[in-house]
Amino acid sequence: MSDGKCWKFGDNIDTDAIIPARYLNTTDPAQLAAHCMEDADAGFAKKAVPGDVIIGGENFGCGSSREHAPIAIKAAGISFVVAKSFARIFFRNAINIGLAIFECPEAAEEIPEGHKIAADIKTGVIIDLTSGKRYQAAPFAPAMQEIIAAGGLMNFVKSKVTA
Amino acid sequence: MGMTITEKIIAAHSGVDSIRPGQFVYADVDVCLGNDITAPIAIEEFEKAGLKKVYDRTRVCLVPDHFTPNKDIKAAALAAQLRRFARQQGLTHYWEVGRVGVEHALLPEQGVVGPGDLIIGADSHTCTYGALGAFSTGVGSTDLAACMALGKTWLKVPESLKFVFKGALPKWVGGKDLILYTIGRIGVSGALYKAMEFCGSAIESLPMDDRFAMCNMAIEAGGKNGIIRPDAITEDYARGRTERPYKLYSSDDDAEYAEVHEYDCSRIEPQVSMPSLPENARNARDVGEVLIDQVVIGSCTNGRISDMRIAAGILKGRKVAPTVRCLVIPATQSVVKQMMDEGLTDIFLAAECAVSTPTCGPCLGGHMGILDKGEKALATTNRNFVGRMGHPESFVYLSSPAVAAASAVAGKIIHPDDL
Repeated sequence: MSDGKCWKFGDNIDTDAIIPARYLNTTDPAQLAAHCMEDADAGFAKKAVPGDVIIGGENFGCGSSREHAPIAIKAAGISFVVAKSFARIFFRNAINIGLAIFECPEAAEEIPEGHKIAADIKTGVIIDLTSGKRYQAAPFAPAMQEIIAAGGLMNFVKSKVTA
Repeated sequence: MGMTITEKIIAAHSGVDSIRPGQFVYADVDVCLGNDITAPIAIEEFEKAGLKKVYDRTRVCLVPDHFTPNKDIKAAALAAQLRRFARQQGLTHYWEVGRVGVEHALLPEQGVVGPGDLIIGADSHTCTYGALGAFSTGVGSTDLAACMALGKTWLKVPESLKFVFKGALPKWVGGKDLILYTIGRIGVSGALYKAMEFCGSAIESLPMDDRFAMCNMAIEAGGKNGIIRPDAITEDYARGRTERPYKLYSSDDDAEYAEVHEYDCSRIEPQVSMPSLPENARNARDVGEVLIDQVVIGSCTNGRISDMRIAAGILKGRKVAPTVRCLVIPATQSVVKQMMDEGLTDIFLAAECAVSTPTCGPCLGGHMGILDKGEKALATTNRNFVGRMGHPESFVYLSSPAVAAASAVAGKIIHPDDL
């Protein structure tokens, strides 16, 4: 659970918009965070504060496989991302690195920018704290829940290697 | 119930006889790869987890192709990280500048990937290898790190979409036009999480390079993989080249598809995707007056020898318009050499193109051809997102090598027949 202010974006927000390639000559999360969402909203990294939430439309995170995209969002302190749908590599990457994501078309459509929202990764419940309305995100498959519960893919891998 | 080629390959790599879409599996991976942007994060994750050895030093490929030859000091550090890890681990598939090429042109050409393989790569265009009749998909860096350790990856078995291309291809229409047309019809999320299986009489006679271009862009429709049933053309390519024994799979007649799309190729014209999504495809003749500042001929989509032959065929005896900078970027060293042997390099130079060493370079706005504010480029690459090739207020149009070469001469986007 967390309760941050939400920032809304449209459909097909691609990974070039989330973190442009001109910043990919580093893997440092803090440097990536400074340019988070830059080509979708040039001022985003400055105005978003830790705990805030991103709401996207369809196909959020499409394009490149660059994990720098969810890393930039996570390092910017964004507590979670809600979208109508996620592009598949972004979806994998978010799960693998422990960025909480929720696929929920109704919430993504209805919740206006600026509302405070909270969500629970275990239950998939999203609450618009400003309006009081509750939403239910699509549940994660058991295989993904295992990775989430382990705290990301590498922790999961470590448990397999040492098992 | 029958299975699709995608389902069969995943099943065979998961130790089960049959498999259904939606099922989760841990699949054995034949080959995994990363590049100088994505592999550094994988290496960091691998080492941070205390892991010592990759699962098989002959199956992990590191390809420094994006910011190489090193574009700046930070990029040099990323490349050095790959080099150090490759040496430490004794990787047999690491290529230094001078030998390296654009990964998705290089790996098939070198026979590292072949029909029937299951491949994951920390690069979204890893789906290219589906052209060989392999299951191949893009993943992230942490996925690559996990695979380097275990030789396995988690996969959700995708539903399949079938695309049937009938009829003969008109002059100047190739694989790139077919895939741009397809994405134009179904949209950039039209195949989200799904397998795109390309078939039909037009595909059965399509050369390998065109098949690579088609499967390469499955991701631009949101697809998990693109795939083409291997046939005599595939075997001609793979025989004597693929370094491991390969296996040919094909879809059963009663395999199930979520959707079937049929296109009459004889009605498809050379395509151009307008900024700033690949789905904005239209006929080259319907783009209106679009003056261009730069043309890029190359990339993992269209940097192969047949692409160069098509472009050179149009540029022979002509000159690039004085208002245009035309960059020709062969995708591998073999393509560079073959261009020279066939006299194509001379044609490009006489036409006043800049001919570059292999690199992903401008495709992702990395280096070697960055656009200024307001500039427009026509590129044979695969993405035209906002800011993709440089300034956030620059514009990228996508096309085949034929349209790109003709437009370079004309100074504006045109159909090759209108040159």
